[in-house]
Amino acid sequence: MRATLILGFLLTGVFALAALVSFLWVPFDVAAVDIANKIKPPTWIHPLGTDHFGRDILSMIMVGARTSIAVALVAVGIGMGLGVPLGLAAAAHKGSLLDELIMRGNDLIFAFPSLLIAIMITAVFGASALNAIIAIGIFNIPVFARLVRGAALSLWTRDYVLAARVAGKGPVRISWEHILPNVTNLLIVQGTIQFSLGILAEAALSYVGLGAQPPVPSWGRMLADSQTMISFAPHMALFPGLAILLTVLGLNLLGDGLRDRLDPRLRRQTR
Amino acid sequence: MTVIRNVALGCVLGMLAAMASAKTDIVVGQQLEPPHLDPTSAAAGAIDQVLYSNVFEGLTRFGPDGSVNPGLAQSWDISEDGLTYMFSLQPGVTFHDGTPMDAADVKFTLDRARDETSQNAQKALFEGIEAVEVIDDLTVKITLTAPNGNLLFNLAWGDAVIVAPESIGEIKQMPVGTGAFKFEDWVQGDHITLLRNPDYWGSPAKLDKATFKFIDDPTAAFAAMMAEDVDVFGGYPAPENLPQFEADPRFQVLVGSTEGETILSINNQMEPLGDVKVREAIAHAIDRQAVIDGAMFGLGTPIGTHFAPHHPDYVDLTGLSSYDPDRARALLAEAGFADGFTTTLKLPPPSYARRGGEIIQAQLREVGITAEISNLEWSQWLEEVFKGKNFGLTIVSHTEPFDIGIYARPDYYFQYDNPAFQALNTALTAEADPAMRSDLLVQMQRTIAEDFVNGFLFQLATPTVANAKVRGLWKDAPTQATDLTGVYWED
Repeated sequence: MRATLILGFLLTGVFALAALVSFLWVPFDVAAVDIANKIKPPTWIHPLGTDHFGRDILSMIMVGARTSIAVALVAVGIGMGLGVPLGLAAAAHKGSLLDELIMRGNDLIFAFPSLLIAIMITAVFGASALNAIIAIGIFNIPVFARLVRGAALSLWTRDYVLAARVAGKGPVRISWEHILPNVTNLLIVQGTIQFSLGILAEAALSYVGLGAQPPVPSWGRMLADSQTMISFAPHMALFPGLAILLTVLGLNLLGDGLRDRLDPRLRRQTR
Repeated sequence: MTVIRNVALGCVLGMLAAMASAKTDIVVGQQLEPPHLDPTSAAAGAIDQVLYSNVFEGLTRFGPDGSVNPGLAQSWDISEDGLTYMFSLQPGVTFHDGTPMDAADVKFTLDRARDETSQNAQKALFEGIEAVEVIDDLTVKITLTAPNGNLLFNLAWGDAVIVAPESIGEIKQMPVGTGAFKFEDWVQGDHITLLRNPDYWGSPAKLDKATFKFIDDPTAAFAAMMAEDVDVFGGYPAPENLPQFEADPRFQVLVGSTEGETILSINNQMEPLGDVKVREAIAHAIDRQAVIDGAMFGLGTPIGTHFAPHHPDYVDLTGLSSYDPDRARALLAEAGFADGFTTTLKLPPPSYARRGGEIIQAQLREVGITAEISNLEWSQWLEEVFKGKNFGLTIVSHTEPFDIGIYARPDYYFQYDNPAFQALNTALTAEADPAMRSDLLVQMQRTIAEDFVNGFLFQLATPTVANAKVRGLWKDAPTQATDLTGVYWED
C-alpha cells in the first residue's frame, strides 16, 4: 500500500521538479535550432540526444513537462471549479428542476467522445495550448459534478446535517461548511486521476497538431515529429514516450495510494 | 514427409505464379486528393497529378525532360510575323464518351478558358489570344494580338487540356478526355481508378488499370510502401526515409528536379513587410542550407530568385541574400524596428512547410522577429492565404513551370506591385528572339531578388519511391503529373 504511494509520489515529483527547474535553467535553449547537430544519439553533452532540428531532447522534455502539467492542472481546475459547485447544488436540491438540468447537462457532455470534441473545439477556434485547456477542462466538469453529487447525497441524510438545518442554516452554507469538507478526500483522489488523463489528452491533442504550437515544446508533438524517424532514431520517440508513460503511471499510483490512505471505508477494511 | 512435400509444392506454385506474365495494374500513392476533377478550373496540382496526360491531353504536351512535344496537334505552322498559328489536329481522335475530338472542341476549350467568367486558375496563359477559328474539322487557327514565344509551352499546361462541350457539365465528377486512360471511379477520401482506353489514338498504354491512392500521412505512406500495398509513390513526403528505401532491393528511389520554387512568401502589402529593408532583413536572417538540411534532409538546391536552377537562363543570386544575421539586425534597426516585430507564419501541410517553418521561426527569432506559427490544412490555406491574403509570411512551393510572371500580377497573393517588373514581363511576352528573351529573364530575376519580394529558399526536389520492377516513370517533374502512358512492369 505504502509502496505505491511512495513510487507514485517520486515519479510525479521528478517531473514536477523538472518542470519547476526549467523555469530557471535548462541545459539548452529549446527554441534554437542547430541543424549541424541533428538526430544525435545520447551523448554526455546531450544526455537524451538531439531531435531532427538539433535541439536538446532533455531540455525539451523539461519544458514539455511544464506544458503538460500546466495544461492538465488548469484543465482539472476548470473541471473542479465548475463541477464541484454544480454537484453540490444538485445534491442540495435533489429531485428539483435544477438537479435535473445540471445532471442531464452533464450526461450530455459525457455522451460525447471527449477527444473528438476536443479536436472539434481546437479545429474551430484554432490550435493552441489555451484551447486545448478549455477543451480538456470542459470534459472534467461532469466527472466532478457526478462524484460530488453522489457523495453529497449520502451526506445530506446524516444527523449533523439535519442538526445544521434545524439550526437554520441554508443549503449554501450547509454545502460549504458541512458537505464540501467531507468530500475533499474524494476530490483529491479523483483530481489526481483526472490530472493524469489531462496529461494524456494534451499529448494526444499535440500529437495531432492541435495542442501547444511551436516553438513551445510538447511531448505529444515530439512523438509526432519523431514517428517517421523511429526506425533510425529511436531515441527521438523513446524519451518523450517514456516521459508520458512515467508521468501518467506516477499520477495513477499516487491517486491509488492516496485513496487507500484517505478513504475511510477502505482504511477500515485494510486494518 | 507430407510437410516437406507441401513445402516443395508451395515453392513450385510460387515460382509458377512469379513466372506468369508481368503485372498489368499499378497502385500509385500520392499525398493530396484532388478537390474535383476539372484541371481547367482549379489551381490544385493534385488534379493534374492524376489526370494530366493520362486522361486529358492538350494541343501540345510536356515530355519527361520538360520539352514541349506535339499532343493532340500533330503539327503547326507559324506565320512570318508570329501572329497566327495554324494547328493541324490528330485525325481519328475520340473522347472517352465516343464523341469525336475536332477543331470545334479546341475552339470551345480555348474560348471557355479565355472567357471573362472563366474559372481557369492560369488565365494568364491565354492572354494575347485574339481569336480561335475553326478552319475545317482538323485545322484550327489561333490569332494573337502580339507575338508570343511561349504559346506552345502555355498550351502544354494542364490548365489548357482539351475538353468537350458534350461532357463539360459533369467534368468535376466524371472527367472525359482523349487520353490513353479513361476515368473509372472515384471513392472520395480513398482512391481514383483509371482503366486503359482501348480506342486510344496513339500508342496504347501498357497497363490495364491504374489506381491512385491518397495517403496524406507520411507514416502511413511509409507503411504502405514497405508493405508493397502501393507500387509507386510520387512526391514521397518523408525525405528522412529515403535511405531506407535505397538500401532495400525491393525498391528504387528516383530523386528528380521539379519546377517548384519553394519560397517564404511575404505579404508585400502588410505593414511592416511592405518596407524593402524589412524584407531584406528577413532574407539575410534565413540560413537556406539549414532549412534544406533540416526540413528536406539535404534534398533541394538553394535559389536566390524565383527561377529554376536547371533552366538555361537561371542566374545564381543567392549571394544577394546570404545568411548574415548581423546585417539583418542592422537593417531592421534602419527600418525602425530595432526591437523587432511580430507577424504571422501560416503553414500548409507539406513537411517542407511545417518543418521549414519551425526552422525559419527560430532563425527569425535570432534577429528579433517573432513569427507566430499556425498550421493550416490546404483548403484553409487556399481560403485564408491564397484568396484572402490574410497572412504575414507563409511557405509554399510554386510548382508551375516558368512562373516568374506571377510577380507581374499585383493582385497575386503576395501582392508585389512594381511597374518596372510588369514592363519587363510585357516585353518578355512579346519577344521571340532567344537572346533578347534571355536578357529580359535575367533582368526579371534580378529585379525580384533585389526587391527581396519573397524569401527565396530552395528548388524542391521530388523523390519518387517505386517498386524496383516498375519502368517508364518520370524522374523529374517538369509539370505536376504522374504520366503512366509509358509505364510498365519488368518481367
